[in-house]
Amino acid sequence: MKNNKTDFIQGNIACVEGAIVAGCKFFAGYPITPASEIAEHMSERMFQVNGTFIQTEDELSSIAAVVGSSWAGAKAMTATSGPGISLMQENIGLAIATETPLVIVDVQRGGPSTGSPSISLQGDTIQVKYGSQGEYQVISIAPSSPQEMFDYTIWAFNIAEKFRTPVFVMADVMVGHMREQVEYPEDYNELEIFDRKILDDPDSTEGRFLSTEVAPMPIFGNGFKANVTGSTHDEFGWRNVSDPKVMDNFIKKLTNKILNNKSEIIRTEKEYMEDAEVVLLSYGSVSRAALETVHTAREKEIKVGSYRLVTVWPFPEKEISKMSENVEKIIVLENNLGQIYPYVRSAVDGKAEVELLSPSVLGEFFEPNYILNKIKEAK
Amino acid sequence: MLKDIEHPLQKYIRPGTNYTTCPGCGNGILAQSTLRAIKNLELDFDNIVFVSGIGCAGWIPSPSFNTDVLHVTHGRAIAYATGVKLTNPKLKVVVFSGDGDLSAIGGNHFIHAARRNIDLTVICVNNRIYGMTSGQAAPTTPKNSKTTTTPYGNMENTFDLSDLAKSAGATFVARWTTYHARQLTKSIAKAIDKKGFSFIEAISQCPVHYGKVIGMRNDAPSMMKEFKSKSIHINKIDSLSNESSDDKIIVGELVNENEKAELTDLMQSLRTEVGTDG
Ligand SMILES: Cc1ncc(C[n+]2csc(CCOP(=O)(O)OP(=O)(O)O)c2C)c(N)n1
Ligand code: SF4
Ligand SMILES: [Mg+2]
Repeated sequence: MKNNKTDFIQGNIACVEGAIVAGCKFFAGYPITPASEIAEHMSERMFQVNGTFIQTEDELSSIAAVVGSSWAGAKAMTATSGPGISLMQENIGLAIATETPLVIVDVQRGGPSTGSPSISLQGDTIQVKYGSQGEYQVISIAPSSPQEMFDYTIWAFNIAEKFRTPVFVMADVMVGHMREQVEYPEDYNELEIFDRKILDDPDSTEGRFLSTEVAPMPIFGNGFKANVTGSTHDEFGWRNVSDPKVMDNFIKKLTNKILNNKSEIIRTEKEYMEDAEVVLLSYGSVSRAALETVHTAREKEIKVGSYRLVTVWPFPEKEISKMSENVEKIIVLENNLGQIYPYVRSAVDGKAEVELLSPSVLGEFFEPNYILNKIKEAK
Repeated sequence: MLKDIEHPLQKYIRPGTNYTTCPGCGNGILAQSTLRAIKNLELDFDNIVFVSGIGCAGWIPSPSFNTDVLHVTHGRAIAYATGVKLTNPKLKVVVFSGDGDLSAIGGNHFIHAARRNIDLTVICVNNRIYGMTSGQAAPTTPKNSKTTTTPYGNMENTFDLSDLAKSAGATFVARWTTYHARQLTKSIAKAIDKKGFSFIEAISQCPVHYGKVIGMRNDAPSMMKEFKSKSIHINKIDSLSNESSDDKIIVGELVNENEKAELTDLMQSLRTEVGTDG
């Protein structure tokens, strides 16, 4: 635990400290810009806190080792960037299918392919949602500052543990490499830290998988005789790949575990929304520009509000639909060519005008004036 | 009367499972050898975790072995096992892998785990073919063999998996064939008991998908007799000329090293040294 009250640190370092506060005891990773500082700091910190660090041979092994560690009982995490996420996808699917709590930090960079390692892009918003085969749901959180890299990494572990599922922390070059003041908790004992529910009795007849209420986890080494497979299975882990009913139950329980608990998972942040005519809808580092623009607009008495998705997935369509009833126009700000834009349009469903605004040059910070001009054009 | 007699290994089998291998498959011999080794070592089965990938060999422990089993993606079993072992070093972690799983798609994890000398036991069922997907060539398929993806004969060279493990740093390496069930049992026991990266290569028969391309379709006994006639013990190797050894299967305990430090031990010492706010 940090004894000092504040630090002036990079988002990536804040993320590591947050993970440690959350109880993370295992990190596996492979170096990649702009996420390497997380692995480097973890390599020093993990052994200090009785944990484990390993630099694996590739990202496939990083996520695989993290899943193995979680089944052996640890809170575990990895950190990478888009190319690493691409390599991890098959094993992320296994983590979802086996209901393994873990945290994946994606410090996004420019893509496709090797792209631009030190240019910021929100390029992986959809790839974390749908990058692995099949039908499933993920949880993703989009921090916008080093402080949030600290706070939201703790929160990511909490919801991963609570819902027994992988949680993505979607940072980017800006948030990961930015240095800002980070305030540590006054009293660590007052922090809410959630630990997974573990099966308490080897003879328990309670299911171990596939409950929308989240089944207790039969972690290894306790005589639970856990039967864990990425194949289609039932509540006890028994594989069944021939009966469509078993597959139907498998997919629906996994997805409903997230969807039925949306109200507990989803977080949005609203500024000046009470009388807003135009709304800037954003997430992650872009939200900083959105807020800045709103403040400038309000000084000029333009009725603009900011609606920020703190969690991007599961998508808050109900909340957005409701919000859209009272506004004229929603401008979706994304540092990409519109990855959540179609979801917003579908949620709004004609109740307000929806427009996408990317930065004039992808990867450059959104200029508040540029946004403001677009608002004025719209009015 | 007969129904009252229980197989000595029955207690290791998860109630409700039945094996699904083809008749004559070598996987049954591997399952038995492994369970006998565990029985002989008198290990607490609950303290062993089995990790396996995709392929027929992956079905040896999962779901049939009645302890913690983790059945993962194709090629990645060692990577998952690494996370289990590093997190709870008290657990014995045993990986089952097919030759394709281990040396094609998963080859990188194999050599790096050996290099790290992490305490895992990896048992490879080397049937020299992709059994599960019905008989395509593997990196272990003998040269000139016809398979479903080498209809003109295999042009590529063959991996020697035990040599690979040895050069990558494994501290225990043994190769036997399914003909050598007793020797396999003994070596598996040593491998599990050994602290360090242990590798067992079991040359095995896939009478269905490899048998069919070498003129021994569904004929496990002939395949095993061939293993017997081709096998030569490592200690007798010097007496053979190079030429005749090419066609031979060198069996025995090829590496048994005691000097090298093991990774989970090194990490534990480091925690003691640098630990602060535990
Ligand atoms: C990513 C991926 N690629 C391909 C497959 C298809 N596949 C399943 S098993 C297998 C090969 C198995 O061969 P081997 O590892 O030698 O095991 P065996 O069946 O012979 O025991 C392949 C290619 C898969 N499951 N996943
Ligand atoms: S296909 Fe071959 S390896 Fe697979 S179970 Fe049948 S005989 Fe065994
Ligand atoms: Mg094979």
